[in-house]
Amino acid sequence: MKKQLACVLLLGLVAAAPAFAKPKVFACEPEWGALVTELAGDKVDLSVGTNALQDVHQIEAKPSLIAKVRQADMIVCTGSELEVGWLPQLLKQSGNSRVASGNGYFMASEQVPTLERPTALDRANGDIHPRGNPHVQLDPYRVLKIAKALEPRLATLDPANAATYQQRLNDFTTRWQAAIKRWEAKAAPLKGKKIVVHHISWVYLNTWLGLQQIGALEPKPGVPPTSGHLSSLIATTKAAGTYAIISAAYQDTKPANWLSERTGVPVVVLPYTVGGDAQSKDLFGLYDSTIDKLLGAAK
Amino acid sequence: MNPHCPSVRAPVAARFKRTLLACAVLATLSTPAFAQDAAKAEAAKVEALEARIKALEESAAATQQALQEARTEIEELKTAQAAPPQPEAAQPETAVAQEEPAPPPEETAGASSNANAFNPAMGVILNGMYAAHSLNPDNYVRAGFPLAGEAGPSPRGFSLGESEVALSSNIDDKFYGQATLSVGTENGEDHVGLEEAYIDTTAMPDGFSIRAGRFFSNIGYLNSHHAHTDAFSDRPLAYQAFLGNQYGDDGVQVRWVAPTDVFLEFGGEMFRGDRFPSGGAGHAGAGVKTLFAHAGGDVGVENEWLAGVSMLRSQTDGGEDGFRGDEKLYLADFTWKWAPGGNTKDGGVTLRSEYFWEDRDGAYIDPNDATLDQPWSGQRTGAYAEAIWRINRTWETGYRYDHLWADDNGPYASAFNPFRHSLMLAWHNSEFSMVRLQFGRDKPNANDTDNVISLQYQVAFGAHGAHKF
Repeated sequence: MKKQLACVLLLGLVAAAPAFAKPKVFACEPEWGALVTELAGDKVDLSVGTNALQDVHQIEAKPSLIAKVRQADMIVCTGSELEVGWLPQLLKQSGNSRVASGNGYFMASEQVPTLERPTALDRANGDIHPRGNPHVQLDPYRVLKIAKALEPRLATLDPANAATYQQRLNDFTTRWQAAIKRWEAKAAPLKGKKIVVHHISWVYLNTWLGLQQIGALEPKPGVPPTSGHLSSLIATTKAAGTYAIISAAYQDTKPANWLSERTGVPVVVLPYTVGGDAQSKDLFGLYDSTIDKLLGAAK
Repeated sequence: MNPHCPSVRAPVAARFKRTLLACAVLATLSTPAFAQDAAKAEAAKVEALEARIKALEESAAATQQALQEARTEIEELKTAQAAPPQPEAAQPETAVAQEEPAPPPEETAGASSNANAFNPAMGVILNGMYAAHSLNPDNYVRAGFPLAGEAGPSPRGFSLGESEVALSSNIDDKFYGQATLSVGTENGEDHVGLEEAYIDTTAMPDGFSIRAGRFFSNIGYLNSHHAHTDAFSDRPLAYQAFLGNQYGDDGVQVRWVAPTDVFLEFGGEMFRGDRFPSGGAGHAGAGVKTLFAHAGGDVGVENEWLAGVSMLRSQTDGGEDGFRGDEKLYLADFTWKWAPGGNTKDGGVTLRSEYFWEDRDGAYIDPNDATLDQPWSGQRTGAYAEAIWRINRTWETGYRYDHLWADDNGPYASAFNPFRHSLMLAWHNSEFSMVRLQFGRDKPNANDTDNVISLQYQVAFGAHGAHKF
C-alpha cells in the first residue's frame, strides 16, 4: 500500500513537473521576443535582453544578462555576428550548455539568406558583418520564414505543447500573410522614393518596399562620419529630390536633424523594432507604424 | 423610337414581337430599375463579376507570394554561389581525386573542405606610448612596497607596451581553448611570453565550468581583465603592490553560476604558486588557493552593478620580495554603471573601487645575504577609486585615486603611505582604436614626486573578442 502510494506520488510528480516548469526562452532583441510570443503565447517564460531604445551592436555582457542566459532553455537571437560583442561572453560566463549549441541555440538571421554580404573583409570599411547584413526583421517574408524555422525548435523543446505551437504558427501565418497584402497595398506609393539613412540597417525594408537608399550619415558602420562626407551628403540629398531621412528610435537624431535643417528633407524616426514607439506593441504594430510613418513624410 | 431597334423587312407581327423583345433587353441594360426580372439578372451578374475579381485578386496575391518566394530562392542560390570556392575548383583534377568517393552534397554545399577553414579566431592588440616622467624611473622607490612582478612606473620616452596575439577556438563539442602570446621589452631585449594558455569546458551541466592551464585568477574585478580593456594606461597601485600588476599562474578553476535572477557566481582556484605574490611552488606545486564570489544585476534600465569578495592564500617559499611563509589576501570590489537608456557606449558614468587587505605570517630572507633573516608578520592595505565619464561614443574622461597603507614594522617598515592621482582623456575612433592622454601625480615616498604625462595608442585587430562586463 505504502509502495503504491509512493509510486502514485512519484508518477504525479513526474507528470506535474513539466506543468510547473515552463521552458524559459531568452530573446536578445525585442522583435524575436515578439515572434516567440506569437508562436508560444504563455506556454514559455520569455525574457528579452535589450529594448528598442538600445543599440544592439553595443550591449555589454552585464551581470543581469548572464543571469538570464544561465536560466534559459533556449535563446533566440539575430546572429550573423550582430551580437558578437556580448553574446559569446554571456554564453561563456553563464556556463549553460543547453543554449550554447543545438536545439536551444536559434539564430534568426541564419535561417534566411542575407543581403549585403561583403566581398572584401576590411575594417577600413567599418564594423562590417562577414555573414551579411543581419538586420532582417523588417522583411515580412523573411520573418515568416524565421517563424516557420522556430516553431519546430519550440516543439522539440517542449513536446507536450507541440500541437499548440503548430496551431499558433498556422494562425500567425494566416494573419501575417493577410497583413502583408494590406501593407504592400498601403505602401505602394513609397515605391522608388529616395531616402538617406543613419546606419545601414534598412536594406531589407528598402528591398521589400522598393525604397531607394541614396546615402547614409554613417556610411562605415561603427565609425563616425567625416565632415567631408557630411558636406557631400548635403549636396546628394538636395540634388536627388530625397523623400525622407530615416533614423531608428534608438539612434541619436542630432545628425539626421542636422542634415534635415540643411536640406529641408523631413526626418522620419522609425521604430525599427518592437517597442520603438507607442504603436509598435507587437510585430504587426511595428510594420503598421513603420509604413504609416513613412507615408506621413509626404504630408 | 430607340434607334437600335432593328427595322428589317419581315412579317409585321413577328417583326413587332422581335423588336419589342430586343428593345426590352436593351432597355433593361440601360435602366436597371425597369423590371424585377431584369434587376435579378443584373444582381447575379454583379455577383459573378465580384467573384471573378476576388478570384483574380487571390491569384494576384498568390502570384505575388510566389514571386517573393522565388526572389528569396534566387537570393539563396546567389548566396550559395558567393560562398567559398567549391572543392572541385580548389583541388587539382587528378586521378587521385577521382578515385575518392564523392562526399555527400550536403557537406560540400557552401562549405570549403580547406583545412584553413578551421583556423582559430585570432586577435592582435598593439599599443605604444610616449611618457615623460619628472622622476627618473630608475630611482623610483615605493615606500613600504618593493616593486615585484611587473609593478613600477612606465619607461621614460617612447616604448612599446605589451603587444598581444590571442588565438581561440572551440576544440570540440566539450572544450574551448585560448592561448595569448605577449611580447614585451626588457632592457632593450624582446621577450615572447605565454601569458595565457587554457582550456574551458563548455558542456558541463547546471552552470558549472572548469578552466585548466595558465590563466588570470578571477579574484577581484580587474585581475581577470586584460590590461587593454582598462580605463587607465597603468594598473592601480594596489594591483601593483599586492599582485605584481596581475596574478596569473598555472592551475585549475571551478566556477558555478547560480540559477537566480540576480547574477551570483562562486568559484575556487588552485595554482602552482610560482608567481608573485607567491613563489617557490610550495605545497608540492599547489601553493596558491583562491575563493571568489561575485553578485550583480540591474537597477532599472539605466543602472548596473557588480560586487565581489575574494581571497587568495599562498604558501610562499622565496617570493620576489624575500618573503617565506603564509600569506592571506582579501579583496572586495564594487562597480556601478549608469548610462542613459542603458547605452553604455554613448554616454554615462562608471564608478569602481577595490579594496585589498593583506596578512603575512612568516619571515624575510634577504636575497643577497641569507644571514640577515628577520620575522615578517603584519598587515598592509591598499585601495583605489575611479570615476569614468563616457561623454559620447568618441570621448571618455576619468579620474582615479590610489592609496597604499604600509606596515610600521617588518622588513619594509614605512611611516609614509604612497598615493597617486591620475586623470585621463581618451579618444575612440571606433571600437577597435583608441588614443589616450594621461596625467599622473605619484607620491611613492616621502621625498619624491613623479609627475607623468603619457600619450598612448591602443588598437585591436582581427577577431572581435567579446569583453567581460
